[in-house]
Amino acid sequence: MIEMQDVWKTYPDGTHAVRGIDLKVNANEFVYVVGPSGAGKSTFMKMIYREERPTKGQIFVNGFNLEKLKPRKIPYVRRNIGVIFQDFRLLPKLTVYENIAFAMEAIEAPKKLIKKRTLEVLDLVGLKNKVASLPTQLSGGEQQRVAIARAIVNNPAVIIADEPTGNLDPETSWGIMNLLEEINYRGTTIIMATHNKEIVNTIRKRVIAIEKGVIVRDQARGDYGYDD
Amino acid sequence: MTINTIGRHFREGGKNVIRNGWMTFASVSSIAISLLILGLFLILSLNVNYLSQQIEKQVEIKVFLQTNVNDETRTAIQSSIQAMPDISKLTYVSKEQGLVELRQRMGENGKAFLEGLDGENNPLNDAFTVEVKEPRQVAQTAEKIQALNDGKNPAPILRVSYGKGTVEQLFKITSIIRNIGLFLVACLALTAMFLISNTIKLTIMARNREIKIMKLVGATNGFIRWPFFIEGALLGIFGSILPVAALTYGYWELMNSVTLNTSVLMVKFKPFLEIVYPVAGLLIGIGLVIGIWGSTISVRKYLKV
Repeated sequence: MIEMQDVWKTYPDGTHAVRGIDLKVNANEFVYVVGPSGAGKSTFMKMIYREERPTKGQIFVNGFNLEKLKPRKIPYVRRNIGVIFQDFRLLPKLTVYENIAFAMEAIEAPKKLIKKRTLEVLDLVGLKNKVASLPTQLSGGEQQRVAIARAIVNNPAVIIADEPTGNLDPETSWGIMNLLEEINYRGTTIIMATHNKEIVNTIRKRVIAIEKGVIVRDQARGDYGYDD
Repeated sequence: MTINTIGRHFREGGKNVIRNGWMTFASVSSIAISLLILGLFLILSLNVNYLSQQIEKQVEIKVFLQTNVNDETRTAIQSSIQAMPDISKLTYVSKEQGLVELRQRMGENGKAFLEGLDGENNPLNDAFTVEVKEPRQVAQTAEKIQALNDGKNPAPILRVSYGKGTVEQLFKITSIIRNIGLFLVACLALTAMFLISNTIKLTIMARNREIKIMKLVGATNGFIRWPFFIEGALLGIFGSILPVAALTYGYWELMNSVTLNTSVLMVKFKPFLEIVYPVAGLLIGIGLVIGIWGSTISVRKYLKV
């Protein structure tokens, strides 16, 4: 599903964020990405949905070679990838329904399908009664659920989640994790960067630890491994 | 792009105008104000131009004939002048008529002075008054008329006069006034363009999150750009319609209320429609183009994600 071959990333200011990563993630896997702050986790994630391009190396996502991709084709690759952020990134002036439908409008889905599918995912994330609310009227956990609904509405093959529970209290975090597990169970590959020791050590999945831009550990059903 | 999508772009563009209420207000009013100032200067400069044209039109050539010129020669000269391409109007003023006009012009003061000059005693010459199509060509035309004397003995034309010196001075002044007007309008147009595109840039900068999210969910650049394009056009149109309406109404009122006073001074305002069309065309054109241009440029900056 995702493959990286000797991937390097040096930013224009000279920071070596990623220094030679080789990795293979199969379809339907659930992968935690852990490591200290500034280790290169975010750069690693961004390169998968091509917000950043590697300085060197090849990245394959769902059959696309990102390095040989014409800029015109990028949107079509991104339609296979759902992205979730720590700060939700919802559009503040759109309702819950509009925020989700927006992702389907953007790929020019038929109108009927938009309505059906949007209500479907709202049901899945448990917010069917909040369709007309604005993001500001929701709690953090609810906002993250909307963001997740938006990420999965186009049936992506992969979900990239960059610290999805970073802004949430523990109880809400467990709810979000259950939701992600459910999505993974339904067949979506999930790559999740996190600092949450408890979650990693409880819901056991593959763990990749990145330090100073290098993968220092890659364990199936691994543990968090840091004391922070 | 499906019909459905095109409809969506127009709906979105329109909705954005309403959704971003304050930003819309800010950009529409800044567009309106800069275009209003531009429009005021444009009207002013069009009228100054018009005025200088009116003054230039009053330039005419006087052709005085020798006293001994017979009717035949006179007619020949008249048709020669008439045949010149630059002539718009040619009137013959006989010396008797000249005297009548002179008396009229001098009024009471000249009464004693002009006494007893009728008939044989008339010191004036028969003359032609020539109006030219292109006042700036008056010197050349005068020379051509003078040249009718060439090869004729005795020369039938006594003098060709068009206010040499004064006329050149007048044209110099009207040229300067026109150029200053043009320069001011051009400067203001540039400033207005800069102001407007800047405001629109700000409106869109406030929404770079929105653009980023669109990109992340896989919207194509064209799909993202269209609603902004339409929004920019709408802002431009709204922002320019206001000053056009205000200026049109204001000019109408001005014309109606001051016509009487000015007609005494022989100064007339440029006709209503001759002002309204260019002003409306220019302002709406600038508003529309800059609205679209500003939004397109600004969106493009954020599309490189």
